[in-house]
Amino acid sequence: MTGNIPLEYFLVLSTLMFFTGIFGFLTRRNLITMLMSIELILNAVNINFVAFNHYLYPNQLQGHFFTLIIIAVAAAEAAVAIAIIINIYRSFKSIEVDKVNQMKN
Amino acid sequence: MDSNILFSLFAGAILLFAILTVTTRKVLRAAVYLLFVLVSTAGLYFMLNYNFLAAVQLTVYAGGIVVLMIFSILLTSHISEKARMATLKEGVFSALTVVAGALLTIVLIINHKFVATTEPAISTDVQNVGRQLISYGENGYALPFEVISVLLLAAMIGSIIVARKESLASNVKSTDNQE
Repeated sequence: MTGNIPLEYFLVLSTLMFFTGIFGFLTRRNLITMLMSIELILNAVNINFVAFNHYLYPNQLQGHFFTLIIIAVAAAEAAVAIAIIINIYRSFKSIEVDKVNQMKN
Repeated sequence: MDSNILFSLFAGAILLFAILTVTTRKVLRAAVYLLFVLVSTAGLYFMLNYNFLAAVQLTVYAGGIVVLMIFSILLTSHISEKARMATLKEGVFSALTVVAGALLTIVLIINHKFVATTEPAISTDVQNVGRQLISYGENGYALPFEVISVLLLAAMIGSIIVARKESLASNVKSTDNQE
């Protein structure tokens, strides 16, 4: 179904998505939206792995399983990060990064 | 449908909604745009014939992570609240950094010659994926599978402990006082 789409299209797409995520990570000041930017970055990497597996090494499934594992790690990371964010919200009443400036209050 | 049209549809949706995710000032809308990005990515996986991966993307990412994020947004901010962005100077410098990095990477990608293997392709249907996932022989992925299971368990217990209302330390203190 993808006979006439070159590999480079997928790589350029994932590059643009990756740097969009970086931009969000640099400009956002809210912890949850920064977490969303990280999810964008991880998703761009997943597209890369899948495209490489499909176009360059179709005799193995390494990219496929690597992507599966990245998805699982992203789920675990999101769960722990959101637990920490809720805890921060309880002590600071805010989740803006520059208001969270004390280790102990 | 022609696969070129399908690809440009998904790629355009991914880029549009990714940019909206990082630039919108309403946090809840950013979560919904992120959902669109993840669903379009699942569409790309379906195009490449990775059906199991697309299903996992839909259930874990779109069904799990985004819902978790929406819950936490509703717990920590008001719906009408506008997110504060970086200052104009910071925004301009971040944009310059990002554009430079993207251009460099794209030039490298276009100039590089990728060499594909000549060995015959193997099937990517769910049966084959499942067999490789639990086999421990050659091309088996039983060990990463087990490691990721332990990681998920640890993350689950860890997040329950972190998000609990009273900390362990205050529990210990209150029992000390009762004695």
